[in-house]
Amino acid sequence: MTAPAEAPPAPVPPSEPAPMAVRRPPLRRALIPYWLLLPGVLLLLVFFALPLVYQASTSVQTGSLEEGFTVTWHFRTYADALGEYGPQFLRSVLYAGTATALCLLLGYPLAYLIAFKAGRWRHLLLVLVIAPFFTSFLIRTLAWKTILADSGPVVETLGAIGFLDVTGWLGMTDGNRVLATPLAVVTGLTYNFLPFMILPLYTSLERIDPRLHEAAGDLYARPAVVFRRVTFPLSMPGVVSGTLLTFIPASGDYVNAELLGSTDTKMVGNVIQSQFLRVLDYPTAAALSFLLMAIVLIIVTVYIRRAGTEDLV
Amino acid sequence: MTPKAAPKAALKAAPKSLTGWFRRHIVAIAGLLTLAYLILPNIVVMVFSFNKPAGKFNYSWREFSTHAWEDPCGVADMCGSLALSLQIALWSTIGATVLGSMIAFALVRYRFRARGAINSLIFLPMAMPEVVMAASLLTLFLNLGAELGFWTVLIAHTMFCLSFVVVAVKARVLSMDPRLEEAARDLYAGPVQTFLRVTLPIAAPGIAAGALLAFALSFDDFIITNFNSGSTVTFPMFVWGSAQRGTPVQINVIGTAMFALAVLIVVAGQLISGRRKKSAPTG
Repeated sequence: MTAPAEAPPAPVPPSEPAPMAVRRPPLRRALIPYWLLLPGVLLLLVFFALPLVYQASTSVQTGSLEEGFTVTWHFRTYADALGEYGPQFLRSVLYAGTATALCLLLGYPLAYLIAFKAGRWRHLLLVLVIAPFFTSFLIRTLAWKTILADSGPVVETLGAIGFLDVTGWLGMTDGNRVLATPLAVVTGLTYNFLPFMILPLYTSLERIDPRLHEAAGDLYARPAVVFRRVTFPLSMPGVVSGTLLTFIPASGDYVNAELLGSTDTKMVGNVIQSQFLRVLDYPTAAALSFLLMAIVLIIVTVYIRRAGTEDLV
Repeated sequence: MTPKAAPKAALKAAPKSLTGWFRRHIVAIAGLLTLAYLILPNIVVMVFSFNKPAGKFNYSWREFSTHAWEDPCGVADMCGSLALSLQIALWSTIGATVLGSMIAFALVRYRFRARGAINSLIFLPMAMPEVVMAASLLTLFLNLGAELGFWTVLIAHTMFCLSFVVVAVKARVLSMDPRLEEAARDLYAGPVQTFLRVTLPIAAPGIAAGALLAFALSFDDFIITNFNSGSTVTFPMFVWGSAQRGTPVQINVIGTAMFALAVLIVVAGQLISGRRKKSAPTG
């Protein structure tokens, strides 16, 4: 960060008090980052941080829609909410966790393919990963209703190869149906958040110098060993951010559970949505939302500690 | 990379045995299967845009028809919602890209106080389920007595797209060689000139990626919009409503058209840039 050439006769500086004029160039330089940060940070403070404060206050209010809500520090709302909607919390974590694992399993080969083996097809493949985004995800999620339709080819095939027996034993399906079961919800979640796994994986894989693979090969490492000892560790930043970008939105999702599931597959997002928009029980909804946030933050923090990647952003 | 790789790959592809071939290409096969999983719903959406469903719901095939393509706006309010979504996506993309790029540059290029706090402020919106942000924004708007509609949705979209732009741009700026800018300065380029002619062009792919991401996120956003739109109906809101009332085939037409358009634009772009680099061998 050397500052060689003197700044040319200054164009309009950001408004500063006149007495500082002598020190203008260095001070102006020192202020640049703050000017750059100001509008964006202000936006986040007012419409991200402040709402959380309002939500915290709402969650300890009591009252009714007609009489209005007042802060009474009624912390029991939290206990009641957790007690009443425990199963939904559990489902959220379970479904989102399963979907994340599946995303990693399915996404890694594709990211690897695009990063190392696609050659001149690389851009086309990347486009094909992103292009589905241009069809609203709700339409695509509704398409799974067709794909997983009862006695459709997909479900028939899964039944024939015994897949549904396995998932039935795991409690993810019931008989010869996939729609309206946990499997359908997990399939939808996996599908919807897969690109969020693939893209960070691709980014970190693409940065790996291919000569490292050659070097490992020259040192007599078999391909599996090269992957385990060189490629995978170097792609860890992508794995970590990919799993976070998948798990976090999946845990709060209510679209897949609503469209592909049944009343027995409702996740906590469904409860928050209906409490806020239909039941209009704001304190309970706010408490549920805070609990979800706390649970996710705890899981994410523990995970980041474990994975040992701290500088994510 | 390409001149050497092409003949090598051709040599490798000569199959000795089926299992050998399978083993050699296992990554490609698994990757392409994943791609199929990603694309399959789009194909279903496309096929069913030519359906003539029996009832109100377009979930099972009946007969081929092009009626929806001939009259894509034939459903009440749908095209209006689409226009609204595009408008919101455009404005929030512009806002998020400008503000996000500024933050990214500040974070990478300057030392200043409260760096850690600002990093967390940008990280947290992504570390939080969307429904939490949506719900808390709604409590803010309810408490302020703001009227839910276009502006609340636009603000919400700009806010949550911002972090994604910061990450995309930051990654690119971080990987930039600072010596390029030093070289520009050594060659007597002023700070503005250095920024416009060296920094910005190098950062452009990151900014473009961030903008594209912001547009896709905003255009397709449902959860935050669901909470904060009041009676304003964006396209995802329209689709959500139709899942209860009955799904018109025209939804699939719009979905297919947007998908095709996106692929077409990029493929065309690639063909053009491919023609420019004629020197590359055609494998």
